[in-house]
Amino acid sequence: MIGYLVRRLLQSILILIGVSIVTYALLYVLPADPARQIAGRSATAETVANIREQLGLNDPFIVQYWRYFLGLLHGDFGRSYLQRTEVADLVAARLPATLLLMLGAIVCELAMGLTMGLVAALRRGTNTDQGLMVVSFVGVSAPQFVTGLLLLYVFAVRLGWFPIGGYGTFSHLVLPSLTLGVLGAGWYSRMMRSSMIDVLRQDYIRTARAKGLKRFVVVFRHALPNAILPVIAMIGIDIGLFMSGIVVVESVFGWPGIGQLAWQAIQRVDIPIIMGVTLVSAIAIVLGNLLADVVAPFIDPRIKLR
Amino acid sequence: MSVSEAISEAGTVMPASQTGEPVLRVDGLTVMVDGEDGSRPVVSDLSFEVRRGETLALAGESGSGKSMTSLAIMGLLPKPAARLAGGRVLLGETDLARLGEAGMRRIRGDRVAMIFQEPMTSLNPVLTIGRQVIEAIQAHEPIGRRQARERAIEALNAVRIPEAESRLSQHPHELSGGMRQRVVIAMALALKPDVLIADEPTTALDVTVQAQILQLLKDLQRDLGTAIILITHDMGVVAETADRVIVLRNGKMVEENAIDVLFAKPREPYTRELLAAVPRMGTSRDRIPDAERRGAAKTLLSAHDLSVRFDLTGGVLGRVNRRVHAVEGISFDIQARETFSLVGESGCGKSTTAKAIAGLVPYEGDLILDGRNIGGLDRAGRKRVRRDIQMIFQDPFASLDSRMTVGDLVREPLDIHDVGKPRERNERVVELFERVGLTADQVRRYPHEFSGGQRQRICIARALALRPKLIVADESVSALDVSVQARVLDLLKELQAEFGIAYLFISHDMAVVETISDRVAVMYLGQIVEMGSCAQIFADPRHPYTRRLIEAVPVPDPNYERAPFIRMTGEIPTPVRKLNDPPERLTLQDVGGGHLVAEEAVRV
Repeated sequence: MIGYLVRRLLQSILILIGVSIVTYALLYVLPADPARQIAGRSATAETVANIREQLGLNDPFIVQYWRYFLGLLHGDFGRSYLQRTEVADLVAARLPATLLLMLGAIVCELAMGLTMGLVAALRRGTNTDQGLMVVSFVGVSAPQFVTGLLLLYVFAVRLGWFPIGGYGTFSHLVLPSLTLGVLGAGWYSRMMRSSMIDVLRQDYIRTARAKGLKRFVVVFRHALPNAILPVIAMIGIDIGLFMSGIVVVESVFGWPGIGQLAWQAIQRVDIPIIMGVTLVSAIAIVLGNLLADVVAPFIDPRIKLR
Repeated sequence: MSVSEAISEAGTVMPASQTGEPVLRVDGLTVMVDGEDGSRPVVSDLSFEVRRGETLALAGESGSGKSMTSLAIMGLLPKPAARLAGGRVLLGETDLARLGEAGMRRIRGDRVAMIFQEPMTSLNPVLTIGRQVIEAIQAHEPIGRRQARERAIEALNAVRIPEAESRLSQHPHELSGGMRQRVVIAMALALKPDVLIADEPTTALDVTVQAQILQLLKDLQRDLGTAIILITHDMGVVAETADRVIVLRNGKMVEENAIDVLFAKPREPYTRELLAAVPRMGTSRDRIPDAERRGAAKTLLSAHDLSVRFDLTGGVLGRVNRRVHAVEGISFDIQARETFSLVGESGCGKSTTAKAIAGLVPYEGDLILDGRNIGGLDRAGRKRVRRDIQMIFQDPFASLDSRMTVGDLVREPLDIHDVGKPRERNERVVELFERVGLTADQVRRYPHEFSGGQRQRICIARALALRPKLIVADESVSALDVSVQARVLDLLKELQAEFGIAYLFISHDMAVVETISDRVAVMYLGQIVEMGSCAQIFADPRHPYTRRLIEAVPVPDPNYERAPFIRMTGEIPTPVRKLNDPPERLTLQDVGGGHLVAEEAVRV
């Protein structure tokens, strides 16, 4: 187990180094000139050249990347061109809000997705099943800005149950989490349904019934732990999906997380922030997958981490 | 438990089984299944009763409705496709057919219990053995956890699971198939049910394990007086365990008879056919020695010191730290036009040997086909060799791509090896179809439109397409019903005579091996322990393992007196070993006439 963790962490670091190279290459691919941006439109060519020299932008790519990489090792993500602050500080200030939102979304999608999938599987072929699958299909298909605006209109504007936007209390959290979670809930309910139907056909379920166990016990003790495994593996991948969703959802609800930060940075071509956010997202995805893999053996003893 | 204890326990004669009052009466049972073309009966108007302490066998081939009958009694018919359309199932005065789910739940496991065919999948992989046994007890008896645990240990001891208490915390995957089936039996019998339904309880098990499990069921029945309904396709198992037999076909009863009458004087033609198709041991003794039959043969394939090992990794750096010694330095020759069989139980390396020969796994050692070493060949050379060696697999349902027509499937090898013009290929396909007993108009159909036996014929046609010199048949008839099996075996023999093919026949079924083989090698833990002509192996087995394999085969004759053999409760040791700790190599010694036996056994 410890050996496995060490190996996976080493792998993760390699992946992150790869990501950092790709994001750094963005600087070169994008047509925007950092020196010009920092200097502002009215600056003279000489000022721009000076700034370029100061930033070391005339050095070869490898040298620049190496400098950036050494900075990363010290937790230095670079400085924002426009806000004139450390990217690390900007991201750190906004990360808790995003993590909270992601947690809320995971709770929402698991609660909705697993329940819907379970009920649909147990009522397979009935109207309930078909109805739930239509709902999940809508959940999967609806773009998040549509879901978000719809929820906002109904629950915040018309009914006034939740605040329209902002950050701070639990009720601020509900609508953004729902919006972010709906997509995953749609996926999970479908996965859970097919996984559960598959498990209910297994021989050990028949054995459990032949023992005279109550249906509740058969479903929750025998079927559910087996059916939930593929869903668990998905949660890791989901964190990656969240990262794109967060940009939209945080903007719709005015949620002060890194998604909004990224959105603003993209609009202003503030490359260091974009790079920083990308890297943090990559870390989240890698950790999420690792976590999903580490949790799996606790549910299925056949899985050995090697 | 030691071996001697096991014997003495089995030897204790308990009060004679009281075949007294009927405990379960089935009356006019009819089960309907809804299919694409409306609903059809899979069990029609079946009536029988089973008495206390009695074993009633429901015997029949696939589709005979035997499993549906058992599921109907248990109220476990797969809904919504199958349903009980009529009849009564009387347990004492209670009609189980009218009981409803809640009432049925209280009966299941308590009064009527069931064990299933697949021990590998009938236990829940994520729950411990203890939990699964304990919940079976607690489902019906209001006792505390500690007491239930005591009862669970008792139940596991009763099915002779060694170190029962420590098994409680294990998960199913840590146990072998035989041990898992014992656990399933322990769960079923923990509450001393009136009726035990055993649906093919030993079909998925190795033959020596099968013998143990059948004996165990008999012993437990004698102690508890349970009525057993044994569902099986294996007439050998029927002869060894049942008191009465019902032969089923297409959901209808063909014949009901006492065991010795049925085997001695079967009333119905179908029963006679069924019994005639059963492969029997002891046929090789009066067979013409193969050398005389074929004249001087030449060696087609020889394996020298063939080994297949798989590395397992572990530790922080994921380095190789253990190794599976699947095949460990075996040598044998296959003559042209002969059938050479590899027998042994699961995990002995027989299928891995087959795969090595077919070029599907990397191996060490030498394989020499027609004087050429396969190992040293380049890509094109290996492709040529593949033409000469073809395979037929075990599962005819899984080994045909369901999206291709069967004609295309048989034609594919010709396409791959670019044999003839497209028109000639199609003609060849038709020829092959007719040769294996199918018709030319079937080539455009898809695999799902064929029965298991027909599919296996298609697989044979595919293997024949390239006119190979050697066909590797890996458990190729194991999944087939006996009557179909007999016909496919006949076809294989005819084709051999006609095309002069040699077969490498891999099987766990000793009776089938005896019927078809010229020479036999017995494998155990990746090595050959005994090799010789079919007569040498079956009439004069020298190695104790060979003897055990032969003795364990159920004999389709109720009057056969089984010589008491030492019952093994232990497990076959594992072929997984640490690095630099290879297993000891056996050396084979000729005990006369080319009959080779592992030396350790000769000395003993």
